[in-house]
Amino acid sequence: MTRVRVEVDGVTYEDDVEPRLLLVHYLRDRLGKVGTPIGCDTTNCGACTVLLDGVSVKSCSVLAVQADGRQVTTVEGLGIDGTLHPLQRAFHEEHALQCGFCTPGMIMAALDLLRENAAPSDEEIREGLEGNLCRCTGYQNIVRAVRRAAREMRTPAQEREVTS
Amino acid sequence: MTVQEIGTPRRRVEDARLVTGRTRWTDNMQPPGTLYVAFLRSPMAHARINSVNVSAAKSRPNVVAVLTGADFADEQGSLPCAWPVTEDMKHPAHPPMAVDEVRYVGEPVACVVARDRYAAADALEAIDVDYEPLPAVVDMEEALKEGSPLVHEDLGTNKCYTWVFENGDLDAAMRDAPVVIERRYVQQRLIPTAMEPRAVLCVPEGDDFTVYSATQIPHILRLMLATVTGIPEHRLRVVAPDVGGGFGSKLQVYGEEVLCLLLARRLGRPVKWTESRSEGNMAVHHGRDQIQRLRLAADRDGRIRGLKVDLLADMGAYLMLVTPGIPLLGAFMFNGIYKMDAYSFTCTGVFTTKTPTDAYRGAGRPEATFAIERLMDELAAELGLDPIEVRRRNWIRHEEFPYETVAGLTYDSGHYEAATDKALQLFEYDKLRAEQADRRERRDPVQLGIGVSTYTEMCGLAPSRVLGSLSYGAGGWEHASVRVLPSGKVEVVTGSSAHGQGHETAWAQIAADRLGVPFEDVKVLHGDTAVSPKGMDTYGSRSLAVGGVALYGACDKVIDKARKVAAHLLEADENDLEFSGGRFHVKGVAEQGRTLQEVAAAAFAAHDLPEGLEPSLDAEVTYDPDNFSFPHGTHLCAAEVDTETGMVRLRTYVAVDDVGKVVNPLIVEGQVHGGLAQGIAQALYEEAVYDAEGNLTTTTMADYLVPSAADLPEFTTDRTETPATSNPLGVKGVGEAGTIASTPAVVNAIVDALRPYGVRDVPMPCTPERVWRALQGDGAPEGGPQPGAAGGLGSVQGGDAQ
Repeated sequence: MTRVRVEVDGVTYEDDVEPRLLLVHYLRDRLGKVGTPIGCDTTNCGACTVLLDGVSVKSCSVLAVQADGRQVTTVEGLGIDGTLHPLQRAFHEEHALQCGFCTPGMIMAALDLLRENAAPSDEEIREGLEGNLCRCTGYQNIVRAVRRAAREMRTPAQEREVTS
Repeated sequence: MTVQEIGTPRRRVEDARLVTGRTRWTDNMQPPGTLYVAFLRSPMAHARINSVNVSAAKSRPNVVAVLTGADFADEQGSLPCAWPVTEDMKHPAHPPMAVDEVRYVGEPVACVVARDRYAAADALEAIDVDYEPLPAVVDMEEALKEGSPLVHEDLGTNKCYTWVFENGDLDAAMRDAPVVIERRYVQQRLIPTAMEPRAVLCVPEGDDFTVYSATQIPHILRLMLATVTGIPEHRLRVVAPDVGGGFGSKLQVYGEEVLCLLLARRLGRPVKWTESRSEGNMAVHHGRDQIQRLRLAADRDGRIRGLKVDLLADMGAYLMLVTPGIPLLGAFMFNGIYKMDAYSFTCTGVFTTKTPTDAYRGAGRPEATFAIERLMDELAAELGLDPIEVRRRNWIRHEEFPYETVAGLTYDSGHYEAATDKALQLFEYDKLRAEQADRRERRDPVQLGIGVSTYTEMCGLAPSRVLGSLSYGAGGWEHASVRVLPSGKVEVVTGSSAHGQGHETAWAQIAADRLGVPFEDVKVLHGDTAVSPKGMDTYGSRSLAVGGVALYGACDKVIDKARKVAAHLLEADENDLEFSGGRFHVKGVAEQGRTLQEVAAAAFAAHDLPEGLEPSLDAEVTYDPDNFSFPHGTHLCAAEVDTETGMVRLRTYVAVDDVGKVVNPLIVEGQVHGGLAQGIAQALYEEAVYDAEGNLTTTTMADYLVPSAADLPEFTTDRTETPATSNPLGVKGVGEAGTIASTPAVVNAIVDALRPYGVRDVPMPCTPERVWRALQGDGAPEGGPQPGAAGGLGSVQGGDAQ
């Protein structure tokens, strides 16, 4: 057993874990953070995507011990005081989800994509989300939602850059 | 004032929990004391089990039990098949856990129950199974030959059944036909791949059990679990909590569900199992897998005389819930939207040592639609006609509805001309044909192809009498109840069980619209046999066309009852009352009225009700449809095909669908998008591959190519609206339409691009390698492909087509 100290969605947890314990199982089975689902076992589907120190990772391919001393953000940590994050709102507005199983991972991956590129083209959105699979939507409304959220999330300075 | 809700693009109420992660997936639940199950699965396609040694596994730490098929033999029964399609169908026993013999890779042979997932998985490795290999049976045509190894020795054959439908004089139609097109198409095996892997949690409570399962069919599952295990039906509650997609794969009674229930009974503790994707690819039922031999006879002017269909359908190793019936859902669809004099359909079901097949989005109709729509393009090429024109000459004209087809169905409505005209316009058909001609002229290495698919499909399963005539084991009705609560809020209970379709939104729209109450005042309950007492669940694009119509009827019954109460309260004749905007008033005297909420409160208090009227304002309806619903549409696909690399790029995809009246256009568009993605995936990407020894080689998402956002084009979708005449809402199903229509549109586009090179088919999935091989001629003369080598659009091909 190894001692880890991980901040998840603003709360610090300390636990003894097996060195082989996957981060996603730590989140789900130990912390009850079940908002992050598991869709495969080969890191293809991206349903389990979370942010680790602000950068997206597939939490099925990260060990809990690797998150020691670091910050994890899950879909449950988005939005403040019951307000939806612009990405969550855009997914709702654009009907970018059906069964919703891929949605947490898709939103977290999109968040990282927009961190790197505040004004992605449709093609850049499609390529940026290549590691996240959805079986329901055909992706069209996901692309729309990310485009919409990007618009809303851009700072005035970024907006000037886009429009100039 | 209330607004019209039916037809409004309401944002979904389901989303609030799904975008925030406050979900109820089965695997999220972890009642105190939950034990975790892991299954050991056969690594061999076919083998005798000589022994299973579990003693080492049992002694592992944190392991509670290790059990084999022999341990379950007395109580596990046989998994149900509810569709014995013929009287002499061969129906092998299907134990949830193999006892003496395994017949596909992935079949469960033992299980570990442990304190956590990791301990359970670890202990699997300590189980020792002694297998004696038996020959695999992987090829349907070989399997039917004399002397083939048998999947089930005791049956004496690999043939499961042969089912025949004939109408009209096919011999006369074929005799002296000026044009005969003969083709053999393969519908490759697919893995449905719902994003949520299967999961089941069984909780014992005294003599009762609650089964949480990622299922599409909580009601059917309850009945079947009772039948298989002997646990009385009224002691079982089945809950389908949030379910992450199904596409037919969760329309099943799985061995793991039965075994977890038996384990919960045996151990007296909650028992949970969640599959990994890799085991799911082996053990979730597969879809499609047909060999189609087709013969179409036509006159010189393109008019179809008759069609002969001869199918081999791979059942896999066992018959699951509706395995043998799936290809028969196509039997009524091979004629498509076309008129013809004669039709014959023969289907032979074949056992192989592969994962059993069953429903996958479209279930029988995509296979049929692919065949007829590919044949129509081949007929057009043969005659030098435009593929749209050859379809126009054969399709049922809008003034001919209702129309009884050669396959014995009555299409109630449709307007193929309108949908096609709209699609052609959106697609800019003539402009793309001009570009195609230009690229051919220039011998551009990247050729352009245009694929057409004018489809219809039968959905809204189904009139019970029709299911009965096809020997299906149950009816096709659906149930709904509406309760106006004392406070005026409304609860809708539906027997339909959503897993992504948005019932909680669309059903609330129907109820709000009919009852004249605010949308926010309606709550939709579903997916729990303790909450929703009756239901036939969700599959076959039936939710709205059957369940939605049941709800519509229940609302009307509520209004009828409310009218009696309102008339009594207003001391008026009920015939003098008008109901609008959620309020009854005396005709011509608008101020003299009672709202539905006021009526509900009065019906609850029951102090002063009309003589003989029962208290409380609620009603229920069980609706059995008279007919299927027949959505239709025209899909056009433009594909760029690189003749040097075989790479296909979809450039434009236009889908114009007619799904009748629309309750929520946003949800309809979403269903079409998702359907298109899955149909395109069959055309270009997906295939479950077995090697000669019967090993599945596509067990992960790295091998089985579910397309990503980068692999799919932007779709242009639109609708025409020809209301169904077979139900009062005028609605048709939409869940499977996109999948059914799109596969032939894509393959037709690829073949159209390559027709000048002598290519007239590319087997699915049309990978770059397969496209490239088709271009090399597959046995055609040496010297590489040349445009014009074997004629093209506008020239009549000779040779073996006749």
